[in-house]
Amino acid sequence: MSDNRLLAADGTPLKRKLAQSLFRTKLRTFGLVCPLLALILSAFVIPIVFMLSASVYDDRYASLMPKSTIVMSEWDGTSPVTEEMAAAMVADLVVAKKEKTIGRVANRVNREFSGATSLFKSTARAAKKFEPPYLEALEQKDKKWQNIEMWQAIKVASKTYTLGYVANAVDMRVNSTGGFEAQDELRQIHVTLFIRTIEISFIVTVACLLLGYPVAYLMANLPNRTANLLLILVLMPFWTSLLVRTTAWIAMLQSQGVMNDLFVVFGLATDDDRFSLIYNKTGTLIAMTHIMLPFMIMPLFSVMKTISPAYVRAAKSMGATNWTAFWRVYFPQSIPGIGAGSLLVFILAIGYYITPALVGGQDGQMISNIIDFHMRRSLNWNLAAALGLVLLVFVLFFFWIYDRVVGIDNMKLG
Amino acid sequence: MTMKKTLTMVSAAVLSVAVASAASAESLTVVSWGGAYTKSQVEAYHKPWTAKTGTNVVSEDYNGGIAEIKAQVEAGNVTWDVVDVELSDAIRACDEGLAEEIDPAMLPAAPDGTPALEDFIDGAVTDCAVGSIVWSTIYAYDSSKMSNGPKTIADFFDVDAFPGKRGMRKSPKANLEMALAADGVAPGDIYDVLSTPAGVDRAFAKLDTIKDDVVWWEAGAQPPQLLADGEVAMTTAYNGRIFNAVASEDKPFEIVWDAQIYDLDLWIIPKGAKNKQLALDFVAFSTDTQRLADQASWISYGPTRKSSSSLVGSFHNKPDLAMGPQMPTAPANFKTAIQNNFEWWADNQDEMNERFNAWLAN
Repeated sequence: MSDNRLLAADGTPLKRKLAQSLFRTKLRTFGLVCPLLALILSAFVIPIVFMLSASVYDDRYASLMPKSTIVMSEWDGTSPVTEEMAAAMVADLVVAKKEKTIGRVANRVNREFSGATSLFKSTARAAKKFEPPYLEALEQKDKKWQNIEMWQAIKVASKTYTLGYVANAVDMRVNSTGGFEAQDELRQIHVTLFIRTIEISFIVTVACLLLGYPVAYLMANLPNRTANLLLILVLMPFWTSLLVRTTAWIAMLQSQGVMNDLFVVFGLATDDDRFSLIYNKTGTLIAMTHIMLPFMIMPLFSVMKTISPAYVRAAKSMGATNWTAFWRVYFPQSIPGIGAGSLLVFILAIGYYITPALVGGQDGQMISNIIDFHMRRSLNWNLAAALGLVLLVFVLFFFWIYDRVVGIDNMKLG
Repeated sequence: MTMKKTLTMVSAAVLSVAVASAASAESLTVVSWGGAYTKSQVEAYHKPWTAKTGTNVVSEDYNGGIAEIKAQVEAGNVTWDVVDVELSDAIRACDEGLAEEIDPAMLPAAPDGTPALEDFIDGAVTDCAVGSIVWSTIYAYDSSKMSNGPKTIADFFDVDAFPGKRGMRKSPKANLEMALAADGVAPGDIYDVLSTPAGVDRAFAKLDTIKDDVVWWEAGAQPPQLLADGEVAMTTAYNGRIFNAVASEDKPFEIVWDAQIYDLDLWIIPKGAKNKQLALDFVAFSTDTQRLADQASWISYGPTRKSSSSLVGSFHNKPDLAMGPQMPTAPANFKTAIQNNFEWWADNQDEMNERFNAWLAN
């Protein structure tokens, strides 16, 4: 038996030697990608996990109002408010006032119940002098404490792990018994915006494809010198700052802008009744299509470049018309480029933010503008995280659809 | 290159970096709203303070809100030393533990000896903030394009009598109040009406009547630009920005003071600011009687100290342009003024913002 085994020069079995050498190669490869892996992990994966965890984790109330949190968790959310709940509330309010954390508690509850900010702050100022029975003292201080909805809001706010923000992100809310219900109709906005975001992204993708396909085709079939010139023309805007391009569109499209002036000169519009081309959805669509165009052209071009002209020639030699040769022979071969370009444009567009912010007006805003609003203005980072989570789910969903329909292996970025 | 030479160069480089960082540690970063307003502060506060203390002031612009302060404080890397914020944000920053406390005892007394706390108008000195100006949201139009211009807040909402686009700040603040005032609510009753659901509905219904004609702005420098470009026929704006366009750029803009919403701007020091002592010194210096009066000669925002009023003179380069009548608090302008109720906004901003955003998007 042992005589049949192949041995390496140093006498070890060849199989083991091979495994060793393969392992060493793998280790070396891993060593090479290690810095990149570390970067992605520390600058991408970990922050995203942290951010997303904020969409279901909020310990502001629980950490600052510990006694009340415990008592509230035992309350069923519908039976009358007990003295025990009131006593814990007063005890926590006194501490929160002393520690100067009352503002943070108040603003947290205010997200669930408008008016809680002033109620908590004014009650905390007086809480030190309260005497039992505390429930009566609270209700005497402000009759909002008699409102069971106030206490229900506190119960919702006291949950450390909550689906409340994710629910808000899809225009629902969590009630005090833990069930979901529809958000107040006048405050519903996110579903509309998600739908609009997908709609805008879809239109931009189709527009980019229609505009980009002929350009890429031309570039792939022209002599190199001319093609390179075209390529530079495509890349030039790509190298220009995004802000510059967006503001250039403002100058072009505004009602006193270049386009409208031209329309007036050619009699397509009157001076008093100019077209609204910007600060609305039209503006967002035009500017975003322009900005996304290179992302469509480049993958298309790189795929078309590899399609041999011999196929189309062969088709024509066998009697195909120009159209048949293109549609039946050339086009199918360019599908990997279409897939890659469309997916790239769609996924970039779905999270687009600065262009709609500048030219979108009121009906050209996308979901990322609301995320920005909650990050920078309302400071509700939890809701911003929840909206980001929903957006991420959307992107993954479209990725999955794409994989099912076109197949991810068919994608070519060049 | 010899080893010694390399060493010298390296140490020189290290030294220059060290010197540079030492120099930057001695400057103070003051953040404000940019444009004409920041210029007034540079001229009235920053330059004299640098002359007095020898410390440079680095001026940065922002668009309001306390998100950047929150981000800096939570990241433990506070690069701003003093920030100019609206009253509601000053209160919120203090509530959220994002601002250093300021002891009012360090503020200088008025020239006649009145203690600082009595000299400042109500609400201008809080636990964490010291007020510098009274500003207001007004609306303005281009008088060269409208000979018989609007007079009242109701005219702003009347697109039949005064056709053309309207500029408004993309925020429910001030807009809801103006809408109710235009709908006939008396200035004193605005927040009582807004405190009822029906009142909020009424305000939004009034905004609905002009929704299709509104261009929304976000930065204070935008409205004068919108007016100058002819993008809007009239726009709400901060009064100082319109004044500046008139006084410095000779624009034919006219301010309508009816139902102006006035508010305070205050200095706060972000929690953990690197130059806290310098920042405190700057805040005390810039809010003394003379400095506040000086600032008022650069832009038409009123000083927050009573003792400054008598010292307010004329526009810095136009001796015949008296600043007094340009102020939001001038009697002729103040008749129907509404004070921004920061407590109401603290309670209702989450809900109003959501409702406003939803209203805008639909």
